[in-house]
Amino acid sequence: MKSIRIGTGAGYSGDRIDPAVDLAERGQLDYLVFECLGERTIALAQLTRLDNPDHGYEPLLEARMQAVLPACKRNEVKIVTNMGAANPLAAAKATARVARSCGISGLRIAAITGDDVFDAVCNGDFLIEETGAPVASVRDKLVSANAYMGAAPIAEALAQGADIVIVGRASDPALFLGPALHAFGWQLDDWPRLGRGIVAGHLLECGAQVTGGYFADPGYKDPPHLARVGMPIGEIDEDGTLVVTKLPDTGGEVTRATCTEQLLYEVHDPARYLQPDVVADFSGVTMMEDGPDRIRLAGGSGHPRTGLLKVSLGIQEGWIGEGQISYAGPGARERGQLAADIVAERLRLLGVPCRETRGELIGVNAILGPEPDTPAPREVRMRFAARTDSRADAERIGREVEALYLNGPSGGGGAWRSTRRVIGVVSTLIPEQLVSPRIHMMEA
Amino acid sequence: MRLRELAHSRTGDKGNTSNISVIAYKLADYPHLARHVSAERIRACFPGLSIGEIERYELPALGALNFVLHDALAGGVTQSLALDAHGKCIGAAVLDLELPDA
Repeated sequence: MKSIRIGTGAGYSGDRIDPAVDLAERGQLDYLVFECLGERTIALAQLTRLDNPDHGYEPLLEARMQAVLPACKRNEVKIVTNMGAANPLAAAKATARVARSCGISGLRIAAITGDDVFDAVCNGDFLIEETGAPVASVRDKLVSANAYMGAAPIAEALAQGADIVIVGRASDPALFLGPALHAFGWQLDDWPRLGRGIVAGHLLECGAQVTGGYFADPGYKDPPHLARVGMPIGEIDEDGTLVVTKLPDTGGEVTRATCTEQLLYEVHDPARYLQPDVVADFSGVTMMEDGPDRIRLAGGSGHPRTGLLKVSLGIQEGWIGEGQISYAGPGARERGQLAADIVAERLRLLGVPCRETRGELIGVNAILGPEPDTPAPREVRMRFAARTDSRADAERIGREVEALYLNGPSGGGGAWRSTRRVIGVVSTLIPEQLVSPRIHMMEA
Repeated sequence: MRLRELAHSRTGDKGNTSNISVIAYKLADYPHLARHVSAERIRACFPGLSIGEIERYELPALGALNFVLHDALAGGVTQSLALDAHGKCIGAAVLDLELPDA
């Protein structure tokens, strides 16, 4: 039976680069997929593009391409990626520049646009899923509106001979389903196969999270050599059955346990995993060991797609100012709490307009909240954060924490502060007919 | 015995919703988990957090339960003031859950 080998070169924007090079060199791959675009990343990229029309794509694009292009060219590995972020055309041009600088010619690079639906959502009658408010009501604060595109335009670009396909906002599993559609010619209403293609994409999209990354719990789960954990390889056959594996002589492991954790990662109802191309059904998935570091997944299925596409809306929500300072020894918790109380009172006295504040003790209640009867820690770190409308007000939060050095409880140390812009992300649904993907092919 | 002896877990987030998987190391232990690890027992693992409705999905073929915790992340990763805005750390707390011996 015909099959393809897809490697994951990145599972998020900041992921390691050397395992991708290893895959390009030794993986005997047909495709190398880089998933680099988080929910919020595209809104930040849109802001970058507003400042500079030639940017707004993944900041590590050039570094990644430079690292893998020579081996991908030599071994005829095609690349699919969402590193286009808010500007796939500029990303394609940047990739062409990198190819030339590496002495590589004859590459066909496809940029896919069409995910930007800013005008359509502003002019339409759409509601924000999370709040029920009309999208038009946040028009003044709206930074970006990008629809999650499906796999069909990626498959089409590959059919047109692309060696590299660069998209902006597409569903993450679609980056993997696209090559499968192209290789096997699956019909766009072959719901069970499309569903299995999504299972494959979902297992592979987070990189090492399926090969032993994000998994270790010493004494209970001990995947070896995480400093050189291997990125996954998926072998997908024309029926959509998947084998997850990794290169020999890399760290980590591929087991039923690693694959099950990833299958359910960020999933709600496993029988209805909503995607642009299909409603994938993970409920019947089974896993079998198929040799060392090889797990075979079968039994996935799918149902007709909804015809609606999710749109991520990036909204300016002001600024967050934050400061931290540590206390140790007897009474550390009490001094940390006093420090938090002082900052809260200072902000009131100064009249700093905060939309929301949060004072907490890292090591005591910052993650799980206030729980009764927690033992007194030997050291704590007080953290105070607040949301404000202006950058200037946000900066005052960290300064008040830092000023605890001379004005606060005894023995404070290691103060640190930061200010960052807040882009909230909410979503709406639009009919798929409102999104018209367009393929731009260029030669490098 | 503690849940940690029988199962492992991973936490994910989408917007203001968290999901926590509970996966049996051995398929034979799944019925024991399915009997004792209810949505209400999961809620009790987080006395310090404000959490909305909790749904439980069963995947017997994989020996797994999937819990979906709504309105659990103080607004979600893009807006929350929390240190761990994804809530990625919280799932580990469920492994402390006390179970009757299998």
